[in-house]
Amino acid sequence: MNHTIVKNNQCIPVSSIPVLDYERFLEHNISFLREEHYHCVNFYGIQHKEKIKLICCIANDNDATINVSSSIVESKQTLPSFSQHHFSFHIFEREIHENFEINYTDHPWLKPLRFSFNRPNNNNTIANYPFLKIDSEELHEVGVGPIHAGIIEPGHFRFICNGEQILHLEIQLGFQHRGIETLFLEKKKLLQRTALAESIAGDTVTGHTTAFVNLWESLCNYKTEPDLQFARTIALELERIAIHTGDLSAMCTDVAYQLGSSVYGRLRTPVINYFQVWCGNRLAKGLIRPGKNNFSFNKILGDSLIKIFDEYEPDFNEISSMTFTLPTVLARFEKTGVLTPEHAASIGAVGMIARTSGINRDIRTSHPHDFYSTLHHQAIIKRHGDVYSRAQIRKEEILQSIKYIRELTKTIPEENKNRKPLNPPMPDSFAISLVEGWRGEICHCAITDEQGELMHYKVKDPSLHNWLGLALAVRNNEISDFPICNKSFDLSYCGHDL
Amino acid sequence: MFNNLKILYHQGKQYIPDITKATVPGVFRGRPIISSEKINENELIELCPTGAISSNPIRIDLGKCTFCGECAFTFPEKIQFTSDYKIAANERGQLVIKEGEDKLMVLNPDLIRNEISKYFSGSLKLRQVCAGGDGSNELELNACGNVNFDMGRFGIEFVASPRHADGIVITGPITENMAEPLQICYDAIPEPKLIILAGTDAISSGIFEGSAALNRNFLSKYKIDLFVPGNPIHPLTFVNGVLDLIKKR
Repeated sequence: MNHTIVKNNQCIPVSSIPVLDYERFLEHNISFLREEHYHCVNFYGIQHKEKIKLICCIANDNDATINVSSSIVESKQTLPSFSQHHFSFHIFEREIHENFEINYTDHPWLKPLRFSFNRPNNNNTIANYPFLKIDSEELHEVGVGPIHAGIIEPGHFRFICNGEQILHLEIQLGFQHRGIETLFLEKKKLLQRTALAESIAGDTVTGHTTAFVNLWESLCNYKTEPDLQFARTIALELERIAIHTGDLSAMCTDVAYQLGSSVYGRLRTPVINYFQVWCGNRLAKGLIRPGKNNFSFNKILGDSLIKIFDEYEPDFNEISSMTFTLPTVLARFEKTGVLTPEHAASIGAVGMIARTSGINRDIRTSHPHDFYSTLHHQAIIKRHGDVYSRAQIRKEEILQSIKYIRELTKTIPEENKNRKPLNPPMPDSFAISLVEGWRGEICHCAITDEQGELMHYKVKDPSLHNWLGLALAVRNNEISDFPICNKSFDLSYCGHDL
Repeated sequence: MFNNLKILYHQGKQYIPDITKATVPGVFRGRPIISSEKINENELIELCPTGAISSNPIRIDLGKCTFCGECAFTFPEKIQFTSDYKIAANERGQLVIKEGEDKLMVLNPDLIRNEISKYFSGSLKLRQVCAGGDGSNELELNACGNVNFDMGRFGIEFVASPRHADGIVITGPITENMAEPLQICYDAIPEPKLIILAGTDAISSGIFEGSAALNRNFLSKYKIDLFVPGNPIHPLTFVNGVLDLIKKR
């Protein structure tokens, strides 16, 4: 066996993951990616005594499985790269290079990723990032950030422009690095770890927390009851509606369409206020907990949610029919910031960004968790990969999520009043959890030691893949269109930097 | 034209008429009240994910609290979170709520510099810097200016350049990688200037406490004018806190 097969949220003994020699490891994993229904959900290194263990998780989108394999290499070793065969591995190998000084002979872009505090090479600092330079008297560079004009997170954008036209954009991240993966090991209480999961990305609270609790429950061999799964599914779809609505507002702001900006902006308010009614926090912090739920979902909550949507939908449809036909908006949205299907596939784009470039990639369909298998979700696909597609998919996903919530709340599972307490995590185990957050595929992986203590925790936010998509999409666009392109991707800085 | 007016009409009135008296919907976790009920104190202290609870007498430090509410679920007879969202303070110690205390939190006027009300009471322009913030406080700071909370009506606004700003609003636990940009931004703001810490992460580093990826030296150099607790802050907490800080005295 070259790999072991796991399902989403399945826990297996670490020893069952085959350890291949590097050549076979490389050949085996890249061979999957020759077929379109495979994609790499995680590829990372962990310290293994004096050596480095590389773990690769390739998802099969056709049969809801994940193929896991591993290889042990020396630290500071020089290796041939996966990226040379399939470019989507590039970001993972940059991380492995930064964390363990593994060198790749043929990696096209082996630059620091996030300047993590425990990187072995301290000569690389965030202030001396090696930007691509072009020597030409006709071109100029524009540097933006790390602090931006609005109230958003920090990151640095370096443009090389020909007049007003962007030739190249390089995105430098890492400013947000808080050492989350290390903190998962250092903070021993379960509640601390849950609070950490809630803080990975503040706009994806339910996404990352669901990934964490599903993972934790599988490590503890806990059979998650339907009422818990139900609440998580509702919360995930609500978060999607809230953030998509806020993004539509922000996209209207960026093209100076004041009415759309205000109306979408105020439509978000009742949705996030509903989270507050449900769990006391507008962004759902405190709602999702492993092995329990402090705020069980009931008929009264269900009815008031439906009432909110009854009021939301007519106003939403009214402003949408205006926004999506208004020439001033369309002129800015259409054919702006195109991410081609070829580029999207090569960078391994996930989530909404993959789906707007014609790739049918959605964990809700391919690896359903919680209540998604009962929903028979059909992903919404757009083909043009432009700002307009990214606006459209938000509009349609909002309406789809409302439909799902209406369906789900028809039968609300009974709250289990005497839940069994969680067992401690199983020793020497590996578990993986995939969740389709509003932005896309979230992947958490954990490994426990012989005492059942957490030995390694790995977080992957969809932004890790998609940031390069933004850099490619803005090429040959006017630099003045960068803000709307950036907003239409709406990627996470802290999710990337961890 | 008529369609635009129709849309406007359909939105009704969205703004909160009196932002100082608004009520929050649902089970908001604001200023806590701690009763004198006898409970297992060690268990309570042990429960808190950020060490915000201490004993003799039992106290909750809102600057450390993540407002997860777990203590109130486990010891409902001991701790209760009220819906009072006016929890901003201008003295770090004010954020520590003691057993038996149930009084409204107001700023200490002696600590407010004269120039704050002299220069800023009618107009305050702020520059926000996210230094490791997870994006939640940033979303809520944006919401402060939306059609519901509309703090622009009080002349409070976020601006793009530190050169145009009267002060800085910091979110996040302040990462090592953001320490220098934060300092540069602060230095670029003309005097007199104020510093506001928004959110538990900024005030105490919250759940990130002890992380080797942080560098909080900036905070030890300057006096902080306003602490706004929350995880994330509620827009009403922020707007009311700032209004209290800059009001004519």
